[in-house]
Amino acid sequence: MTVAGSVSHIEEPVDRPAIPAADATEEKPLLSASGVSKFYGSRIGCEDVSIDIWPGEVLAVVGESGSGKTTLLNCISTRLMPTTGTVTYRMRDGQTRDLYRMGEAERRFLMRTDWGFVHQNPADGLRMTVSAGANVGERLMATGARHYGDIRATAGDWLGRVEIAEDRIDDQPRAFSGGMRQRLQIARNLVTGPRLVFMDEPTGGLDVSVQARLLDLLRGLVTDLGLAVVVVTHDLAVARLLSHRMVVMKDGRVIETGLTDRVLDDPRAPYTQLLVSSILQA
Amino acid sequence: MAVPLIVSGVSKSFTMHLRGGVRIPVVDAVHFSIEAGQCAVLSGPSGVGKSSILKMLYGNYAVDVGQILIRHNGTLLDLAQAEPRQVMAVRRDTIGYVSQFLRAVPRVSALDVAAEPLVQRGTDSDTARRRAADLFARLNLPEKLWELPPATFSGGEQQRVNIARGFITDHPILLLDEPTASLDAANRAVVVAMIGEKKADGVALLGIFHDADLREAVADRIIDVTGFAPKKAA
Repeated sequence: MTVAGSVSHIEEPVDRPAIPAADATEEKPLLSASGVSKFYGSRIGCEDVSIDIWPGEVLAVVGESGSGKTTLLNCISTRLMPTTGTVTYRMRDGQTRDLYRMGEAERRFLMRTDWGFVHQNPADGLRMTVSAGANVGERLMATGARHYGDIRATAGDWLGRVEIAEDRIDDQPRAFSGGMRQRLQIARNLVTGPRLVFMDEPTGGLDVSVQARLLDLLRGLVTDLGLAVVVVTHDLAVARLLSHRMVVMKDGRVIETGLTDRVLDDPRAPYTQLLVSSILQA
Repeated sequence: MAVPLIVSGVSKSFTMHLRGGVRIPVVDAVHFSIEAGQCAVLSGPSGVGKSSILKMLYGNYAVDVGQILIRHNGTLLDLAQAEPRQVMAVRRDTIGYVSQFLRAVPRVSALDVAAEPLVQRGTDSDTARRRAADLFARLNLPEKLWELPPATFSGGEQQRVNIARGFITDHPILLLDEPTASLDAANRAVVVAMIGEKKADGVALLGIFHDADLREAVADRIIDVTGFAPKKAA
């Protein structure tokens, strides 16, 4: 039960207990990018981007193709070394580490356990020639799970959560539809209980009905698990539905940030106004 | 009694960059406060900026200049300058909002739509859904609709889902943007009673009501928004 509706209690002398440690860490970003630039020769991928990602929040990075949003995603997820700038991450033990000063092994372990990465094309994130169950179980084994029965049970449970029928557990994703493959990729990423998930156009290339189902599923999982998510999308409706905050990019630079509904309902930058005014009303 | 919300010197304009940067002033020097246990009503003709004021108070519209001071979790916060994360916390804990239209999410049931603000505050989902069901029953929303997504509901049905969603929490401040526009007389009376209960609980309400009878029934104070009309540029 939360504090009762009366506002008069606010006037009482403030004699609060110290903020517990768990809350204190909530006041620090999970991931912090500072001055991140990536140049491809003389061409700009992204330039001087600073963003924070907080626990439990969904941050949408929007912009048209070529705006640098995927470059940024890759730079902050250690998939692409930035030319300049730093990216720090608060580990489970509370220590904040510079991602590009970690060893390769440590970085890979982070990606396999504490992070997820959902690709636009499920084939990039799945192993197409092993079973659905193994695709999910494989990630679990990377975190040390060894008991076959447990792994299979957990994998089956996760297939259920992403609405894949239990009797498909031994089928290969090659035999799945696009929507099912994408849901399988999500299960594979979430099974290890990551704290941060990167998504690159997760609903791109899917039929609208399949998109709606996937969005609803993602929305539910994100809320239930308290995940932090960075989702790159060119679809403002997806951003509206999924994200709390939004970053608008153009020509490699961040041109507007803010609360998602604020950016969409009261866009300030000329380019954001153009984007918002270009949405088709269904 | 504490004053939960003070608006001071707030101005708002839109700059239309796609129309050659033309600046459209909306409101200027907005100044008022609302009190706990009272319902204040923004009045004035359409287009005078009533909804824009509510949207600024909810952090949905940016503020050009001025302050929006609220009491949030025991501290004083200027919503006009607040970080997005602070605005999110304010929406979770301090300011509730019943919008004019429901933005329906595909596949989410009416019960879950209405229960969501409670769930976000940590109430378990069964309890939250029971509270939502109680409100639906009170608002005479047919029970066969409760488990369906509201996208296909009529305007009045959607509005009742929206009202339940806004009234389900015990936020100390509640903003109402034409909550009864599509309701029949019987359901309007239910909303009047619900507003009365919020007042009794010490909630500060601020609303827009075009229906004169309804305004009469709930308003403790009228704030005339025409007084905040932008001065014509010389």
